[in-house]
Amino acid sequence: MSEEFKPRILVFCCNWCAYAGADLAGVSRFQISPHFRVIRTLCSARVDPEWILHAFRKGADGVMVLGCHPGDCHYIGGNYRTRRRMALVRMLLTQFGLNKDRFQLEWVSAAEGEKFARVVNNFVERIKELGPSPYGKLERRERKAV
Amino acid sequence: MAEKIKIALKRGASCVGCDIAIVNFNEELFTLLSVADLVFSPTLLDVKYDDLKKMPDKSITIGFYHGAVRNSDNEEFAHIMRDKCQILIAYGACAHMGGIPGLANVTDKIAIFKKVYKETFSTVNPDGTLPEEKSLDKEGHELTLPRFYDEVYALDDIVDVDYYVPACPPTSDINNKILTVVKEFVEEGKPLPPKGSIIASEKTLCDECERKRSGEIKVDRLYRIQEIAFDEEKCFLEQGIICLGPATRAGCGAVCTAANMPCRGCMGPTASVTEQGASMLSALASVYGMTDRETELSEEDIEKLMMQIPDPLGLFYRFSLPKSQLGRVVKERVE
Repeated sequence: MSEEFKPRILVFCCNWCAYAGADLAGVSRFQISPHFRVIRTLCSARVDPEWILHAFRKGADGVMVLGCHPGDCHYIGGNYRTRRRMALVRMLLTQFGLNKDRFQLEWVSAAEGEKFARVVNNFVERIKELGPSPYGKLERRERKAV
Repeated sequence: MAEKIKIALKRGASCVGCDIAIVNFNEELFTLLSVADLVFSPTLLDVKYDDLKKMPDKSITIGFYHGAVRNSDNEEFAHIMRDKCQILIAYGACAHMGGIPGLANVTDKIAIFKKVYKETFSTVNPDGTLPEEKSLDKEGHELTLPRFYDEVYALDDIVDVDYYVPACPPTSDINNKILTVVKEFVEEGKPLPPKGSIIASEKTLCDECERKRSGEIKVDRLYRIQEIAFDEEKCFLEQGIICLGPATRAGCGAVCTAANMPCRGCMGPTASVTEQGASMLSALASVYGMTDRETELSEEDIEKLMMQIPDPLGLFYRFSLPKSQLGRVVKERVE
């Protein structure tokens, strides 16, 4: 490839922990790869599996879901639901033929700016190794939007 | 009496069950035929494709296309039906979402041909002959076959569709709904539903289902329906039998669950979501193996638990794979 691969990565952050963690990473001036975009949700359990699939349809090369540590959920048990769903989402993505590393669930607290920077950087590196998502370069007839 | 309208039935990649669903109008068939003339239906009438091609454009009032689109013949006739019909209805789960043929999107043409023409137990094909679009017979006549596609499409991926009628096959409840709409349109001049309507309910199947629910659903173990002597009155999910009701559109009259078969999801996703698979995934993941010890489970425990759900893709997208967000399976190098 002549041009360097710039992955497109979507990061869902829960409002109470991971998003605050991202904020802390920013004010702490940690260096983070620029290839990701953050979507804030009130809780990691608000992330509908449909959105993750939609992101891949639209050509995302990787998707992360970041939430509060188990036991620390602002809504008491939201992240326990999240980890159940996301385990099944990972199985489903593997069945759809994607490498399982293209999707990751992590817990980042509001105090873990350093961890936010680290998990995002590691994820970007892994996606760079994997290359573009097969859905991004899939040549097919444009389907009517659902 | 108002002038009769003209209707036509055409099939794509279909099992013809939808034609039978029309016959299944029973005595209501006479009501249908009192307001409409059936002008084209290769299954029910002695007609030829050329008859349809010769009809003037927009001369047919309502066309029912059933079956998915998976070869060049299906596609050609999807366009012809669109040209000849004023109103085109995607009739049945296959035209609506790809249906059972849509499961072919887990593989591709080469793999399908290899399996079907070379590997199945009953195949005897020593020369390894595969269907070709053009071939010559012994006398030198050129024979043609439609081109087989790599991917299966729903009807609205190919042409503009006015209405959708889900279900596999559409039940008499749904048929009667269409009949009422058509009859009122012909006899009283009542307006038709807005374009793009799905002729069914907006709610989930659970809303229509008569089975009893005791309260919060907890599923400790999954069973196939033949593995357990289940309670005929109680909700299937409560008894550990996977039922797609929570993620499926209502409107069919819940005939399967009433006959002791769990819902398989042929009505497609409900009005408020785009993905049937994702909503069933959320529903099942939230109830399966839920105990009071949830906080003590590790992530590996959760993963092991979910691994017990066999084939989530086939289960959640049995009828809707081509219309799911990802549409088809890809092959990525796994390292």
